[in-house]
Amino acid sequence: MTVALSGGEVAGQLEEKFPGGILESDQNCLVVKGDSLLGIASFLKDTPELNFDYLNYITAVDYFEYFEVIYQLTSLEHNHSLVVKARCYDRDNPALPSVVGLWQGADFQEREIFDLMGISFDGHPNMKRIFLWEGFPGYPLRKDYL
Amino acid sequence: MEVAGARGYIYPDKELDREEGQVIEEVKANSQGVIPDPDGWLEEELERNILLTTVDALINWGQRSSLWTVICFPACCAFEFIAANGPRFDLSRFGMEILRASPRQADLMITAGTLTWKMAPNVRRIYNQMAEPKWVIAMGACAISGGIFASSYNVVPGYNHIIPVDVYVPGCPPRPEALIHGIRMLQNKIAKKSILKKG
Amino acid sequence: MTIETKEMMLRTEPFVLNFGPVHPSTHGVYRMRATLDGEVVLDIEPVFGYLHRGIEKLAEQRTFTGFIPLTDRLDYVSSMSNNLAYVMAVEKLAGIKVPERAEYIRVIMAELQRIANHLIANGSFLNDCGAYFTPFLYMFREREKIIDLFEMVSGQRLTYNYMRVGGVSQDIPDEFLPALAKFVKQMPGKVDEYDRLLKQNEILLARAKGVGIISKEQAVNCGISGPILRASGVKWDWRRADPYSIYDRFEFDIPTASDGDCYDRFRVRMEEMRQSLRIVEQAMKQIPAGPVRAEVPHIVRPPAGEAYVHIEAPKGELGFYLVSDDSIAAYRCHVRPTSLINLTALREMVRGWKIADLIIIFGSIDICLGEVDR
Repeated sequence: MTVALSGGEVAGQLEEKFPGGILESDQNCLVVKGDSLLGIASFLKDTPELNFDYLNYITAVDYFEYFEVIYQLTSLEHNHSLVVKARCYDRDNPALPSVVGLWQGADFQEREIFDLMGISFDGHPNMKRIFLWEGFPGYPLRKDYL
Repeated sequence: MEVAGARGYIYPDKELDREEGQVIEEVKANSQGVIPDPDGWLEEELERNILLTTVDALINWGQRSSLWTVICFPACCAFEFIAANGPRFDLSRFGMEILRASPRQADLMITAGTLTWKMAPNVRRIYNQMAEPKWVIAMGACAISGGIFASSYNVVPGYNHIIPVDVYVPGCPPRPEALIHGIRMLQNKIAKKSILKKG
Repeated sequence: MTIETKEMMLRTEPFVLNFGPVHPSTHGVYRMRATLDGEVVLDIEPVFGYLHRGIEKLAEQRTFTGFIPLTDRLDYVSSMSNNLAYVMAVEKLAGIKVPERAEYIRVIMAELQRIANHLIANGSFLNDCGAYFTPFLYMFREREKIIDLFEMVSGQRLTYNYMRVGGVSQDIPDEFLPALAKFVKQMPGKVDEYDRLLKQNEILLARAKGVGIISKEQAVNCGISGPILRASGVKWDWRRADPYSIYDRFEFDIPTASDGDCYDRFRVRMEEMRQSLRIVEQAMKQIPAGPVRAEVPHIVRPPAGEAYVHIEAPKGELGFYLVSDDSIAAYRCHVRPTSLINLTALREMVRGWKIADLIIIFGSIDICLGEVDR
């Protein structure tokens, strides 16, 4: 059985290394700040006890005050998983660091989030629209798109 | 050799993307209305010359017994078309086992799948490249009216916004028997046309 | 008489070739801009979106039960698996328990669907290799038998819309189990027939062995799952690692291979068909009587929250991430696109190979455009 690690367990290890990077940590997930996302992600991937080498998916949800980008990570060796969330409070030009350098599978998924939600990822080698054409007005999956 | 440098030299990608985007927006703006169906053959007066009748009959028999389809398979209905080609429902007995990749060698387009605005200019280009006489069968609910996806932001509500359609085959997806019925209807239509008039 | 051409070096330039959306060998409307140096592929850039129907946005405008037909059309070659993943996600959100008989029926349908999908995958792969239509039509003959079984339970040939929140939509008819027994008895013989014809075939070995290799570490890094991951040597199957439904009651092996090339993926899919037949046999013997659907209202209103459920679909890990805000429609539904993520590695896999190999490597990944574009 894949054990779903709770945010609290992992937060303990992260607090010393990244002070102030964690916003909340509860039973299901770990919410981090946008700036420290890359550091925390590399720590989660490289530490031998955690060893999160497989990225399940990246997705984004539009709650009206903020955008929430959700990452689920799994470790094939230890068979445990973790959900990490990052929030963007900016509505006009939301941006987050890209994790393509760590997990290459994030490539197309980050482009999709940029295309449909408008959140751009800094450090992505090819940040452009993937499903809709250049010049499409707006971002369809936002709640204020009609 | 340096790949990144080479790509930049040949085609700047952003230019290409922007041009393609403009083409799509143009097609979308010009296709808001429906192209009327070519069904003038239904009320045609059947008075013709005896000589031409025999010639007509021969030519029509040749055309309808060897329709060659062009490959245009966006979505799920494609699998019902492939099943119709398969060993159980054999389209080969109608002379239609050939699927031509090149539109120049085809005379029938069976549109099997949902049409999106991004794909629309390509479908129109393929239709324009087919040589006369050519026919179109709209297969499936998505091809007739957008189907289950009709209210989406990227779906064209029916192929008749882009190309004129001769026969509509409903179903989601239509069974291979339904598709064969549609093909027979098209063969009836071809049987009634004349080389003098355009039907 | 020979002409010395040492001094006349031919100057070559790379050029961009468009494998357009309408192409006989791309499984659907998939477009690639390939940078070529003669016949050797230097780089490809995939362009998607020609079948982007906005299913995730439509999820917010349909009720939870009304969205099930739309999930059919995601990976339209294996509709039962899509339905299963989605209804399991809704059940996790709402905390609904599924009756035993429904669980067994779901497992039988999912495994039959796996066999049907792998028949098409291998058939199209051999089509791309050059065996123009003969193995494809052989495998279609078996797929028609499976489709007959599915038509008996759901009435549809391709997009079944059979699973419901809390079970399945209706019970299996009386003639289903005898017909299934007949199918399970003669199918292993057919798989052996394919193996006999194809396993040591010289042309297949020459074209597919050693072509398009992806290493273990890279496969895991790219997020690849399913037969491709197992062909690269990682023994990971969600039915074993994180058993969902009742998969922990069945005995089956997980076929893996070591090289990670196209031939290995073909072999892994053949072996998986045999293992699926084993599971179906065991499920047929153990199926109990009982209701096939839990007492769930037609318009389901799960409490507010979020859930992610993944299953081992025939193409890889298919998951649904659902967010609900206590209303009749989902607040956000995201589909983890198996085929899109499996395509991430295509660029590395094809560098240095020729155009004909590009088509084979692409065919061995076995994508379905409905899932890539949604």
